[in-house]
Amino acid sequence: MPHPLVPVPTPETQPFWDGCNEGVLRINRCRACGDAYFPPSPICPECSSTNVEFFDASGEATLYSYTIQQKPLALWGSDSPRSVALIKLAEGPMLTSSVINCEQTPEALQLDMPLQATFTSFDDLTVLCFEPAEGNS
Amino acid sequence: MIPPGATAIVGAAESTEIGKVPDMSSVGLAIDAAANAMQDAGITAADIDGFTCGYFPVADMSRQLGIFPSWADNTVVGGCSWMFQLRNAIAAIHAGYCNTVLIVYGESGRSTRRLGQSGDAGQKGGTGQQFDMFYSGGQAAATFTLPVLRYQHEYGLSDEELAVGAVSQREWAVDVPRATLREPTSVEEVLDSPMVAWPIRRAMCCLVSDAGGAIIVTSADRARDYPKPPVYVLGTGGALEAGVMSPAGVREPLRPEFIRTSGEAAFSAAGVSHSDIDHLMIYDAFIHTPIFGLEGLGFVDYGEAGHFIAEGHTAPGGKLPMNTSGGGLSYAHTGAYGMLCMLESIRQVRGEAANQVADVDIALCHGWGGYWSACSTLIFGTDAP
Repeated sequence: MPHPLVPVPTPETQPFWDGCNEGVLRINRCRACGDAYFPPSPICPECSSTNVEFFDASGEATLYSYTIQQKPLALWGSDSPRSVALIKLAEGPMLTSSVINCEQTPEALQLDMPLQATFTSFDDLTVLCFEPAEGNS
Repeated sequence: MIPPGATAIVGAAESTEIGKVPDMSSVGLAIDAAANAMQDAGITAADIDGFTCGYFPVADMSRQLGIFPSWADNTVVGGCSWMFQLRNAIAAIHAGYCNTVLIVYGESGRSTRRLGQSGDAGQKGGTGQQFDMFYSGGQAAATFTLPVLRYQHEYGLSDEELAVGAVSQREWAVDVPRATLREPTSVEEVLDSPMVAWPIRRAMCCLVSDAGGAIIVTSADRARDYPKPPVYVLGTGGALEAGVMSPAGVREPLRPEFIRTSGEAAFSAAGVSHSDIDHLMIYDAFIHTPIFGLEGLGFVDYGEAGHFIAEGHTAPGGKLPMNTSGGGLSYAHTGAYGMLCMLESIRQVRGEAANQVADVDIALCHGWGGYWSACSTLIFGTDAP
């Protein structure tokens, strides 16, 4: 039985997870009102249309807020402190993720810093993370 | 609209023991609290025709208690579930579905906590399992607290000022015999406590406790026949916002709309204003939640509550006594603290609290569930208008 915190995709969210495996941030957009949204869902939370699609987002984002967790989940494979972050995507949605590939310190993690989507893998699982945008690391 | 004071709390009690109760399960704590509440009200199961619980199968729990209700509810929205259930119960009583409702809660949060047993309000079948929990390992201290740094940044609230909230609540707890932590503390001690999820230190996080609680609510005309003075329900509110367990689902992270929605509903139903509130409870799962509550409920403007608390206005002797039991940080916090939060409001209105505030005629209680997924606001009073 998988660890209860290992994400289990559903048919409705599978395209997002397929995107992770392909190295692409794939989220929903409403064809009726144009709203981009997250998490994946077959209905637009803005206008209730079910005429929605997945699209490949830019991966551009900024760091809205974060904590630095002192004892991360063992699945991450390291017990070093790591960030848990609120990420604001360029397309609008906010999501929870982690900023990686940089020092996990308040000095290295500045609010509003530009970030770029990246992906990290654990065995069969590939998850969305973010890293400092190029030229900002 | 249900008229203010149409219903009243006539029985209210915690489990006999709270804090560390290793020889009782969650069910045992709930039944103990239910028995205490019935004794407090001077009634038995035969007098109850409405029932709610929350974390247990509702029919199983009512049968164990010997209650055969004609109305039941099992709304689960996390820590404030029992506040939502009270709101539903007064509507049911007002509608004539039942006369007297027992609302029961118990959680062995400290001694037998396991994943799925508690705190799972956003999880089963929810998006949190896929898009949120993995990053934090489900640790509330690292995710529920995510807005704190942004708040500090936007409004210039220092770590020292933030820490005062924990000190103020400990000042209350010092005089509360049932509180878990009663030693006075200081800003320095709070900031020196172990780092859990920067900028959150351990002393900024709630306790992990075992406790049960139960309340009995009935119509105002029946309430006058009970032994304790009725605690009238003047107004209620409730709202949902962030679906996932983290605050990522809040539309305006520093101005969460659902708090305002819930608070306005309660004030409007009660027909009272902020200056009428003599005593305040705001569910403190972590040090920042009273800040967001004070602002969202409209006691202060956005951006002011952190400094308001730092200036001592909610501490003993302050103009707005808040979390007078010591709250989740110092009194007890099981995992779902909403029932314990309500019970301190009820004790204050009855005039039987350990830290009794003088002349509490109207008290407001505000609770959360599933981080920022749900909230509920209740206004209680000594008199029906």
